[in-house]
Amino acid sequence: MASLWFWIVAVMVVAYVVLDGFDLGSGAIYLLAAKTNDERRRVLRAIGPVWDGNEVWLIAAGGTLYFAFPQLYASSFSGFYLPLMIVLWLLILRAIGIEFRAHIQAPVWQDFFDVVFSLSSILLAVFFGVALGNVVRGVPLDSSGYFFEPLWTDFKLGPQTGILDWYTVLIGVIALVTLSAHGSYYIALKTDQDLGRRARGFALLCWPLQFFLTFSALVATYFIRPEVMTNYANHPIGLLVPVVVIASLAVMLWANPKGKEKLAFIASSLYITFLLVGAAFALYPVVLPARDHQYDLTILNTAAANHGLSVGLVWWTFSAVLAIAYFVFVYRTFRGKVQVGEGHY
Amino acid sequence: MDDALLIHRLHFAFTATFHYLFPQLTMGLALLIVILKTIALRRNDPVYNEATRFWGKIFGINFVLGVVTGIPMEFQFGTNWSAFSRFAGGIIGQTLAMEGMFAFFMESALIGLFLFGEKRLSPKAHWWTAFGVFIGSWLSGYFIIATDAFMQYPVGYYKAADGSLQLSSFWAFVLNPWAGWQYAHNMCGAATTGAFVMMAVGAFYLLSNKWSAHARVFVKTGVIVGCISSVLQVFPTGDSQGKMVTDLQPVTLAAMEGLFHGRPGAPLVILGQPNEQQGRIDNPVEVPGMLSMLTYRRWNAHVRGLDAFPKEDWPGNIPLLYYSYHIMVGLGTFFIAISVVSLLLLWRGALFNARWMLWILMLTMPFPYIANTAGWMTAELGRQPWLVYGLMRTADGYSKLVSAGNAMFTLIGFMGMYLVLGILGLFLLWREIEHGPVTAPLSNLQTAEAK
Repeated sequence: MASLWFWIVAVMVVAYVVLDGFDLGSGAIYLLAAKTNDERRRVLRAIGPVWDGNEVWLIAAGGTLYFAFPQLYASSFSGFYLPLMIVLWLLILRAIGIEFRAHIQAPVWQDFFDVVFSLSSILLAVFFGVALGNVVRGVPLDSSGYFFEPLWTDFKLGPQTGILDWYTVLIGVIALVTLSAHGSYYIALKTDQDLGRRARGFALLCWPLQFFLTFSALVATYFIRPEVMTNYANHPIGLLVPVVVIASLAVMLWANPKGKEKLAFIASSLYITFLLVGAAFALYPVVLPARDHQYDLTILNTAAANHGLSVGLVWWTFSAVLAIAYFVFVYRTFRGKVQVGEGHY
Repeated sequence: MDDALLIHRLHFAFTATFHYLFPQLTMGLALLIVILKTIALRRNDPVYNEATRFWGKIFGINFVLGVVTGIPMEFQFGTNWSAFSRFAGGIIGQTLAMEGMFAFFMESALIGLFLFGEKRLSPKAHWWTAFGVFIGSWLSGYFIIATDAFMQYPVGYYKAADGSLQLSSFWAFVLNPWAGWQYAHNMCGAATTGAFVMMAVGAFYLLSNKWSAHARVFVKTGVIVGCISSVLQVFPTGDSQGKMVTDLQPVTLAAMEGLFHGRPGAPLVILGQPNEQQGRIDNPVEVPGMLSMLTYRRWNAHVRGLDAFPKEDWPGNIPLLYYSYHIMVGLGTFFIAISVVSLLLLWRGALFNARWMLWILMLTMPFPYIANTAGWMTAELGRQPWLVYGLMRTADGYSKLVSAGNAMFTLIGFMGMYLVLGILGLFLLWREIEHGPVTAPLSNLQTAEAK
C-alpha cells in the first residue's frame, strides 16, 4: 500500500513539473523571447488559462504527501524551511506578475510586472532543481527523524551541508535549462511569427546545454551517491529510463528544426518525466536519504496507517479522474495558437 | 511562553488572518454572482448581466489574492508545525488533500472559463461555470472546516503504537458534528461579507449619483441576502455552535463569557473588561440569568466557571478570547439591526432615497471582515492550550529545529509581502469600483480622463 502511494505522489510531482514546468519555462524565456507588448501578451495568453490549474498539482501533491506520508511531510517541510518559504514568496510574486499586469495599460506598470514574473519564474525553476538535488544527495537527519539545513554553508558536501552546495546548484541549473527548453517548446507550439521562431531558436540553444548537463549530473550523482545504482542493478527494467531519456533528447533535436512543435513538446515532457522517474526509481524505497543511512526515511517508517491509505485510495481515484477531465476540457477549450484581441491579458 | 512557540503561533495567525480576508469575500460573492446570473438569465435583463460582469472582475482580483495567500497555509503545517503534522497528519492530511483534489482543480478550471469565456460559451454554459466556481469555493470551505473541527473535537481516530493519530472511521471524521454547525455558521459569515460589500458599493454609487440602475440591484440583492445571512448567523447556527462549545469545551465557554466563578443563574456579560488578577469583570453591564438560559435553556441552570477547571487547561489569552467573542457577537447583532431596517425601507420603497441609511450601509463595509476575523480568533484562541483538543498541546506541536530567528525572518518577510499585496489589491479593487459596472456610454468621460 505504501509503495502504491509512493508512486502516486511521484506521478503527481511529475505532473506538476511537466505542466507547471512549461509555464515556469515560458516565464524564464519571457523577457528575451517576447520583445513587444503584443508578444508578451501572447505568452501570457498562452499560459493564462492554465497556469493556476497546473500549480494546483503542487498543492495537491503536497496534500497527498501530507496524509500518505505524514512523517516525511513533517521532516522535509520543516528541514527545508528556508527554501520552501522563499519558494512560497516567489509563487506569490509570480502569480501577481501574471494576473495584475493586464489591469493597467501603462508601460511602467507592465514593465515592472514583466520583470517580477520572469525573475520569479527563473528562481523557482532553480529552487525546484535544488530541492531535487537535496533529496538525491541526502540531508543530515538524526535519530529524531528531523533535520534543519541553512541555506548554505561552504558549498561543499561536508557533514554540515546547506541547501545550496555545488551539487544542488548544478541540479538547479539543469532544472532551469530543462524548463526553459520546455517552456520554449510550449511557446513555439502555441504561438507563431517572430515569437514562435524565437522560441524555437531558444530551444535549439538549450539543447547542447541540456545534453551536456544531463550527463555531468549523472556522473556527479554517481560520484556522491554510488548506491543510486543499486535498484538499476537489481531491476534491469529500470534501464528503460536512460533509453527513453536519450531517445527523447534525440527526438527534440530532430523535431524542433522541422517545425514539428507538438512532437518536440511531447519529447521534452517525456524527457522530464523520465529524469524524475529515474530519480524516484533510484531512491525507492527511501524517500529522504540521511547522510547516515541508518536514519533514512523510507516509505515504511513514514507512511500513515493502512486504513487511512485504503480509504484515501477510493476518493483519490475518483478525484483524479475528475481532475483529468477538467484538464482535458480546459486544454481543449483553449487549444490552437493564441491570438491577441479577445479576452484578458 | 518560549520565543519560538510565540513566533510560530504569530506566523500562522498572521498568515491565516490575512488569507481569510479574501476567501470570505470569494465565497460570499460566488453565491451572490450565481443569484445575479440566474436573474439575468431568467429576465434577460442587461443590468443584471452587467452587474454579474462587474462583480466577476472584483471576484477575479480577490480570487488571485486568496489563491496566493492560501498556498502558504498548506505548507505551514509542515514547515512550522512539524511535530503536529507527524502526530495528526495521517488524519487531517486527508481533508487538506481532498481540498486540493476536489475543490482547487475544479475552481482553477472553471474560474478562467467564467471570467474570460463568456463569449465562447452559451449563456447556460456560462451560468454553469459560475455555479461550479460557487460549488468549488464552498467545498473548499468545508474541507478546511472539517480539518479545524478535528482539532476542536477529534473523532474517528485511534492512537497508533508510535503515538501518532490514525484514521479509524473516515465518515466519522469527515462528518464530524462540530464541522456541521461551524460550517453553517462560517458560510453565513462569508455570505454576510459578500452581501455587505455589495450593498456598500451600491450605496456608494447611489450617494455619488452614478450608475443608479446597477446600484439599486447591488443594494437590493445585498440587503436581502445580508438580512437572511445575518439572521441565520445568530440563529440557529451561532446558537447551536454555542451549545456545542458548552458541552464539549466548557472551559472555553467560561473564558469567552468571562465567567470566572461558576454559579446558577449566570448573567450574560454585554460589556466589561475581564480582570484576571481579581477573577472578575470590571465595569460590567450584564443581563441576569441570560447565560444560563442560552446554554442550558433554564434561567437558574448552573454554568461552570473557569474555577471549575485546572488552570493549565485554561485558554492562554483569556482577555483576547473574551474581546474577540464579544466583538463578533456585538457586530453580528448590529448587522441584523441595520439589514432589517434596510429591508423594511426597501419594502416601503424608501431605501434608495434614504441617504442616511445609504451612508450607514456604505460605512459598514469593513465590519463584516472584523466580525469574521474575530469569530475565527474566538474559535482558535478558545481551543488553546490545545492544538488537537485534549490530545496535543500547542506547545508540543511546533517545529523544534526551526529556530525563533529563522521563524521571525520569514514572519517579517510575509508581513512585508502581504503589506504590498494588500496595497496592490485595494488599489486595483478601487479602480474597478471607480470604473463602474458599465464602460459605455456612461463612463466615456472617465475613460477620456484616464487617457
